Amino acid sequence: MMNYIWGGIMVVSVLSGIATNRIDQVSQSILSGATQAVELCVTLLGMLVLWGGLTEIMQVSGLSDLLGKLLSPVVKWLFPELKYHNKARNAIALSMAANVLGLGNAATPLGLKAMDELQQINRNSYVASNSMVTFVVLNSVSIQLIPTGLAVLRNKYHSAAPMEVMIPIWVVSIISVVVGVGLAFLLNRRRKRHD
Amino acid sequence: MTDIGVYVVPCMVLVIIGYGMFRKVPVLDTFLGGAYEGMQTMVRLLPTLVGFITAVTMFQSSGALDMLMVAFRPVADFIGTPVEVIPLALLHPISGGGATALLSDLFARYGPDSYIGRIASVMCGSDETTFYAVTVYYGSVGVNRTRHTLLAALIADISVVMSSAFIVTFLL
Repeated sequence: MMNYIWGGIMVVSVLSGIATNRIDQVSQSILSGATQAVELCVTLLGMLVLWGGLTEIMQVSGLSDLLGKLLSPVVKWLFPELKYHNKARNAIALSMAANVLGLGNAATPLGLKAMDELQQINRNSYVASNSMVTFVVLNSVSIQLIPTGLAVLRNKYHSAAPMEVMIPIWVVSIISVVVGVGLAFLLNRRRKRHD
Repeated sequence: MTDIGVYVVPCMVLVIIGYGMFRKVPVLDTFLGGAYEGMQTMVRLLPTLVGFITAVTMFQSSGALDMLMVAFRPVADFIGTPVEVIPLALLHPISGGGATALLSDLFARYGPDSYIGRIASVMCGSDETTFYAVTVYYGSVGVNRTRHTLLAALIADISVVMSSAFIVTFLL
């Protein structure tokens, strides 16, 4: 699908440039766009390298395991079906901890591990279980505590206070988690009655 | 509010390094290993960003973005958000790289501390790439009937778009 979206943007841009007689600007932006992207990458590179290193320390020192333990009551509450499945619950707690800390590199492999555990106790391996739905919805909204990447980008464009958006982000994140997970729960229950 | 923000990152660094040293982790060696992986992530991200930033700047300079915003103005007015952030709201669930490209474009044009810049920041900071999560997570275990996952996730995305402007006005 991404192929059509990206291709569509490019084709529409050229056609609308011709139609609105702004083809000069379009031609210019083809040349400058790529350079801008590399400049942005260089800015973000520093942050990614720095946080890549710091998060590795969090994992090796056991700090992320510690947070995983702290999150285990939340996991119990969010995944009532996993009452007797410790392994799956631990995997979910670790992956959530990685997401809360913003450990991008670690979060995906830990999330995949959790999905693997959930699949092992899934009754029908082609159909998503209720716990899977909740888990994937939780991964599609942000539960990151410190928006470091965003702060770096804001800083690049000379924000006077790159971190000022943190508390609004928490509030909006909580709203979206409540909406997403709440809806998953509601639809989970409805489906159970039909089974 | 902004005072707390200033302390967050330094304190996090302090806790990470402090706890690492307390647990006798070779902090520098570990840092270097992880930092190298971070660099590889950037190398993987660079082609995506080149592709999308070029597309976004073309889309903007051709006038197509203006037309899209005219079309979406009623929707934006209805939910009380500036129409300038609507393209971001549309692209964010589909492509993280594309959203980063659009966000930096908004910052360059309006500034990160403007009303539009703040709303765009909150929208991006409160949401992940929905389609990526759904395809990668379900793909890895071979589940193809995802039931109501996409519905719940997309409605959560809509709740982010609808609440961002209100929360920014209220808190900042």
